[in-house]
Amino acid sequence: HLTHTLTHTYLPPLSIFINNEWQDSVSGKVFSVYNPATGEQICEVQEADKADVDKAVQAARLAFSLGSVWRRMDASERGRLLAKLADLVERDSIYLATIESLNSGKPFLPTLFVDLQATIKTLRYFAGYADKIHGASIPMDGEYLTFTRHEPIGVCGQIIPWNFPLMMTAWKLGPALSCGNTVLLKPAEETPLTCLYIAALVKEAGFPPGVVNILPGFGPTAGAAIASHMDIDKVAFTGSTEVGKLIQEAAGKSNLKRVTLELGGKNPNIIFADADMDLAVEQAHQGVFFNAGQCCTAGSRIYVEEPIYDEFVRRSVERAKRRIVGSPFDPTTEQGPQISREHQTRVLEFIQTGISEGAKLECGGKALGLKGFFIEPTVFSSVRDDMIIAKEEIFGPVQQIMKFKTIEEVIERANNSDYGLVAAVFTNNINKAMTVSTAMQAGTVWINCFNALSTQCPFGGYKMSGNGRELGESCLREYTEEKTITMKMVNKNS
Amino acid sequence: MKNFIFIFILPALALSAVCCLSARGTCAVVAIRVSCHLFINNEWHDAISGKTFPTVNPATGEVICQVAEADVADVDKAVKAARDAFRFGSPWRRMDASDRGLLLSRLADAIERDAAYLAELETLDNGKPYAVAFSVDVPMVIKCLRYYAGWADKWEGKTIPIDGDYFCYTRHEPVGVCGQIIPWNFPLLMQAWKLGPALATGNTVVMKVAEQTPLTALYVASLIKEVGFPDGVVNIVPGMGPTAGAAIAKHMDVDKVAFTGSTEVGHLIQQASGSSNLKRVTLELGGKSPNIILSDASLEDAVEQSHFALFFNQGQCCCAGSRTYVQADVYDEFVERSVERARRRVVGNPFDLKTEQGPQVDQEQFNKILGYISVGKREGAKLMCGGGVAADRGYFIQPTVFGDVQDNMTIAREEIFGPVMQILKFKTLEEVITRANDTKYGLAAAVFTKDIDKANYLSNGLRAGTVWINCYDVFGAQAPFGGYKASGNGRELGEYGLESYTEVKTVTIKVPQKNS
Repeated sequence: HLTHTLTHTYLPPLSIFINNEWQDSVSGKVFSVYNPATGEQICEVQEADKADVDKAVQAARLAFSLGSVWRRMDASERGRLLAKLADLVERDSIYLATIESLNSGKPFLPTLFVDLQATIKTLRYFAGYADKIHGASIPMDGEYLTFTRHEPIGVCGQIIPWNFPLMMTAWKLGPALSCGNTVLLKPAEETPLTCLYIAALVKEAGFPPGVVNILPGFGPTAGAAIASHMDIDKVAFTGSTEVGKLIQEAAGKSNLKRVTLELGGKNPNIIFADADMDLAVEQAHQGVFFNAGQCCTAGSRIYVEEPIYDEFVRRSVERAKRRIVGSPFDPTTEQGPQISREHQTRVLEFIQTGISEGAKLECGGKALGLKGFFIEPTVFSSVRDDMIIAKEEIFGPVQQIMKFKTIEEVIERANNSDYGLVAAVFTNNINKAMTVSTAMQAGTVWINCFNALSTQCPFGGYKMSGNGRELGESCLREYTEEKTITMKMVNKNS
Repeated sequence: MKNFIFIFILPALALSAVCCLSARGTCAVVAIRVSCHLFINNEWHDAISGKTFPTVNPATGEVICQVAEADVADVDKAVKAARDAFRFGSPWRRMDASDRGLLLSRLADAIERDAAYLAELETLDNGKPYAVAFSVDVPMVIKCLRYYAGWADKWEGKTIPIDGDYFCYTRHEPVGVCGQIIPWNFPLLMQAWKLGPALATGNTVVMKVAEQTPLTALYVASLIKEVGFPDGVVNIVPGMGPTAGAAIAKHMDVDKVAFTGSTEVGHLIQQASGSSNLKRVTLELGGKSPNIILSDASLEDAVEQSHFALFFNQGQCCCAGSRTYVQADVYDEFVERSVERARRRVVGNPFDLKTEQGPQVDQEQFNKILGYISVGKREGAKLMCGGGVAADRGYFIQPTVFGDVQDNMTIAREEIFGPVMQILKFKTLEEVITRANDTKYGLAAAVFTKDIDKANYLSNGLRAGTVWINCYDVFGAQAPFGGYKASGNGRELGEYGLESYTEVKTVTIKVPQKNS
């Protein structure tokens, strides 16, 4: 009933956003968008393919040309536009949370209080940076005056996933626009709706035409067209490691566009015997089950020190059994559905390999309900490092608990992965905290907390979890080209 | 004491008056909606002594209203409030940095909402033309506050690869209770330049506003409360320099003082810090800024910019281009055009939108400037135009130009702070750098030329905190501003402006085994 009402009354324009205009796809094709809590179709959206990407690149390139409105604009004014966009998102936050919940299956209240707030804060943070991107004047050898300009890179392709559609939109648009780039953004085919609404707000805020272009569509078509486009200067991709590798290859084959990647993780969460047990159990639970397990940061390998292992497992199982799975719009719901039938099936298959490889299924393990793509919160104990469920990213509500003896052992086991996105350690002992956090090959290490993310803190992966950093000051350099200007001087003095 | 000359008087906390100006047939009516009291702990207080002082409309010489006058005891009260707001665990100390930024942003929004009123009040109290207050001063205030709002959660310490088995990082902590003493030439803007960085970095403030122009700052205080700054974070005490200002400068529980004003008082502030608790001191003082016009400059542009450089804000700018050095080849034509331009300068009622120049801020400045004009004539400078009083009431002075000025004349060495332009002749670049730098001041300088080598040579050689090339008085919240030598120390605006409001704490933790 809710789906029907929203479909007919409140959805954003369901087409491609280029040059501040809504356009049908060149091919005329559309694709369906679903409500994963019910499996029902919400609506159809125009499907961008290569021809639409070409159009968008032209628009973005024109908007970036020397002398354009966007290039001539004061940096502080770019910041004002981003601040206005943040205000508009805040104005419409209940609406946006509703559509986000409907389209992605995320529970409504956390979406409103976490996702929307993070989206607004990220836009505001980068709004503040626009006129603070400093180059340098440099004491070079010789009779020269030298300084650097931090220029925008140019036309940036941005490909975002379905697990945090709004937040990922903000993480991408924020720094790119703050630095003065123009953008083509392809939202995930599962979750284009809130991103399209943001496009409407981009126009309302007053961004010049062509600065932001949104192309709903599929990875192998629109996404690949972006990655291999000869006139896109940079591509930023958040998604699976598997596709990340394709993006990097495409960049190498085409025009050597700059590439930043935020990929998967199989993140270790290390619990020492001296940890605050209540805190550790709850944080480890949220760490793996948040967003139905669909987080690149999921703490999906929980290493528990032997003396407390049994107690930890017992409490974790008890907590998992209490986790409320249900309709995203029910305010008591903690966990919504998985994003699609395909993903639900994949997670269930992982659970089966866990069982068949000999891990102990403590609770859950099955699909839940007849409609939608729900899975019971699932806990495995007695997990060995060489099992598939200990090595591969499941991206579902499945918790793996392992046992360790010594700090040296757990450091080695935690780092023994191609991934390196985040890690966490729970301990009261300052020395263990410092030792482990230094040793982890991970872009973020949490001490006595989990998923503590904030727009000021750089975030990104070691190894195959990606390259480059998002958020914080660090990410600005991913969206700038630094130009050194050296001028002959007469009679240089210090 | 209430002002009986004007019509409406409201009791209790707000003192309200209607003011009518008439000059050249134009009448402007401004209702005073500001509370003319001390602002401490988000509340309005009378002075403990009960004393008040009048603030005057310089266009007419008439009193606008009475304002509570802070003295030592009131400063003590304000410092206590600021200290309490800064205590460990207070709402202000516990607040996310990004939320401090959001409060500054909201303050900017509120000022933008009330821009027309604030510009009127500024013009009434200071005399600057309304068109300028509205289109320059107020927008710059808003931009400054928004700029610093953005810095609040971006002012990062570092982690440092120290030798040994240690983990080392720095925290950028607020300094603490900051005394801020601001002048009367840009009341709103100076308040924003001070509050922006201080609040972004998490300090609390005791601000003494100039006795000539307290009104707009007090109105902003009501907005500070409205948008939700916690009690005691900002305290505003109108009062006199030798009493309230001195009390701040020598207070044993104020951690830092920032002063903008004359070099003469700057010396006193620094001494007071030394003889009290060694509070950190930053100073933005006077200037006698050289504006250098080379013979290849675009002359029409140079004349107009040089005119603006000196006469803007009734000549009441610390960075006024008050020594205009013109290369010999173009000297005569430059002087002739400058005189013609000065004669065309429209002096009048600040509320008249055609007015370019309003009155000087008070009787004291008015007398001082006329005194300098006399000295100039006496010492042999050539009075080309102006030189006298421009109206029979208020503090208006004619735009005045002196030619054939020599470096050793009083009007070439001392800061006049009025609409009096000095034009001097030079031959070579080396000569003009030496002459331009031959001053105790070093606030700003400018060069007008098309030649890239000359521009670089001069901008390198001039000992001044800001050098403008082919422009003048170009400011941005992003660009640091401050003085060399006796023009002050420290920088305001830009990222640099955060430094003097920060204490850096190094934290070094022993670790079992350091790895890179």
